[in-house]
Amino acid sequence: MLTDRFLPALAAAVLLAQPLTAAADSEGMSLPHAGNDIRSHASLQRGARNFMNYCSGCHSAQFVRYNRIGTDLGIGEQELTKNLMFTSGHSFDTIKNSMRADDARKWFGTVPPDLSLMARARGPDYLYAFLRGFYLDPSRPTGANNAVMPGTAMPYITSELQGTQRAVMRPAAESDSGVAEIEKLEQVTSGAMSTEQYEEFARDTVNFLEYIGEPVQVQRRDMGVWVTLFLLVFAGLAFMLKREYFRDIR
Amino acid sequence: MGNQSYETSGTSGLWGWINARFPLDKMLKEHVTEYYAPKNINSWYLFGALSLFVLVLQLITGIFLTMSYKPSATEAFASVEYIMRDVQWGWLIRYLHSTGASAFFIVVYLHMFRGLLYGSYRAPRELIWIFGMLIYLALMAEAFMGYLLPWGNMSYWGAQVIVSLFGTIPVIGDSLAEWIKGDYFISDITLNRFFALHVAAIPLLLVFLVVAHILALHEVGSGNPDGVEIKKYKDANGVPLDGMKFHPYCTVEDILAVAVFLLLFCGVVFFAPTFGGMFLESPNFEIANPMVTPPHIAPVWYFTPFYAMLRAVPSFAGTQIWGVLVMFGAIVVLFFLPWLDRSPVKSIRYKPWQSKVMLALFAVSFVVLAYCGMKPPSGLFLALSRIFTFLYFVFFLGMPWWSRIGTFKPVPDRVTHNAH
Repeated sequence: MLTDRFLPALAAAVLLAQPLTAAADSEGMSLPHAGNDIRSHASLQRGARNFMNYCSGCHSAQFVRYNRIGTDLGIGEQELTKNLMFTSGHSFDTIKNSMRADDARKWFGTVPPDLSLMARARGPDYLYAFLRGFYLDPSRPTGANNAVMPGTAMPYITSELQGTQRAVMRPAAESDSGVAEIEKLEQVTSGAMSTEQYEEFARDTVNFLEYIGEPVQVQRRDMGVWVTLFLLVFAGLAFMLKREYFRDIR
Repeated sequence: MGNQSYETSGTSGLWGWINARFPLDKMLKEHVTEYYAPKNINSWYLFGALSLFVLVLQLITGIFLTMSYKPSATEAFASVEYIMRDVQWGWLIRYLHSTGASAFFIVVYLHMFRGLLYGSYRAPRELIWIFGMLIYLALMAEAFMGYLLPWGNMSYWGAQVIVSLFGTIPVIGDSLAEWIKGDYFISDITLNRFFALHVAAIPLLLVFLVVAHILALHEVGSGNPDGVEIKKYKDANGVPLDGMKFHPYCTVEDILAVAVFLLLFCGVVFFAPTFGGMFLESPNFEIANPMVTPPHIAPVWYFTPFYAMLRAVPSFAGTQIWGVLVMFGAIVVLFFLPWLDRSPVKSIRYKPWQSKVMLALFAVSFVVLAYCGMKPPSGLFLALSRIFTFLYFVFFLGMPWWSRIGTFKPVPDRVTHNAH
């Protein structure tokens, strides 16, 4: 929609002569765009399925209610409880998980973070790179590491789908930063999905994470169009009123 | 209606009953219907009314946020998300309030710059300027304390950094910082007292100061872009010849200003409420964590000019107090503006190029410092911070000298105004 792009740009230009900080640039890296479509119910529904199957075992989304997902993504109550709720409870519950914090600390050395706001904290591009960024690293307790989050405690759970990757390093002498860095990730074994299928999987999951970060966002933008139209009419009337009154001022 | 005298409009019916007991009619006339503003005021003069509009917006949205917010270290972060997700229209109220904070500073900075452009602080308006500066100080305290309330990680570390500034004061510093926090670190206790100050003490002070600011203004009368006094020429009824009634003329103009302001404001609220991480910063979507610092701690944009000055000054003689002194000095010096300015004219319109260059330099310094304050303090940004901190002070401390030099244009006797 035109206003989606135009208004923030206009506001940015007028309010402050400051460049916007690049989106999803939390660590100063430039990351490929996730390219997710927050308006696609199909993608969000697939993302919800991915999240419930692969993430929710360890990660909670403690601010997100199941029935809100149902309403927003067009999933019926029965379908929701049958296919997406793996915990006992009510559809108005928030997404908790059954892993105890003490156990998590014992197993992973840390408690898996809540994912309600992860997309807002890190940006969708970061999460997309993270989900595609695992590689084999025997020096790590889990046997795996991540290109965008070195030293992550998360195990290589995506290897089942993506297959395994290994890091091709650029030696310190050739890198810009002066230390050895990852040049690229190379496929070692293949998983259940092709590269394209896995990218789609990651994109849908990131899309869902972005949605739960701010469930109202699509509604917000749609409402903004009407608010803007109203204000344009209002400003027009206010302008004519002002002009009429100022005929008196000589 | 406007020609009716106090007696005829104020003695009959309910209106008369009230006016026999309370000066409602008198006050309305004095401050609204028969307050005369110069008819040559331009768009720069709209930011006062807009500041008042944003103040009211912040008070109202703030009251509604208070109904669902929980000022507790264990519940604050979750209660903000509760407002964003479960409270009816909570997201809108919260975004109006968070965007309103930045909007407040934008309109106040423009309002203050208007003062610099047209010499609004010059005699007899020194006290209006002083009240305005006190409002600005209260506003900074209000914004700083409000920023802790969401209890995000940037809230936490931002508060940590700013409170530690007080710790640099020799001898009493550490106890002072502890006294402010009410604890040895930023904690639930700090959050509770910041909440009390943010929702009760400082708003009360702000409203009181705004009333004083406006009363002082209405006592001496509004300035204008020519820097001449409209009270000098009055008609037989004592009405300034170059004045227009506040209502309906200024009010219709303010309605238009509010409409245009809201167009931009709602553009941010509905389409870019985080404003690319400038109005709501990404690390603040993670809960306060005393063990993990955000990769790059910076205050919100409206504090960054002063933050850049703080970091521009190196520590020496074993203390970091110098940067703190420079930063607070940059604000304190503003109070003395009415006495630093020795220009024979008030308005930029009649000032020589020297004064125009200095004002432009000041504006550039402020913007560059704001930008540097958002960036890591090294290399180019540190060098720029130092240069422009110096220029900022040259503008103010050199003012008694530079404001007098050059060839001034003659100031007209009455306002220049083209009807349109």
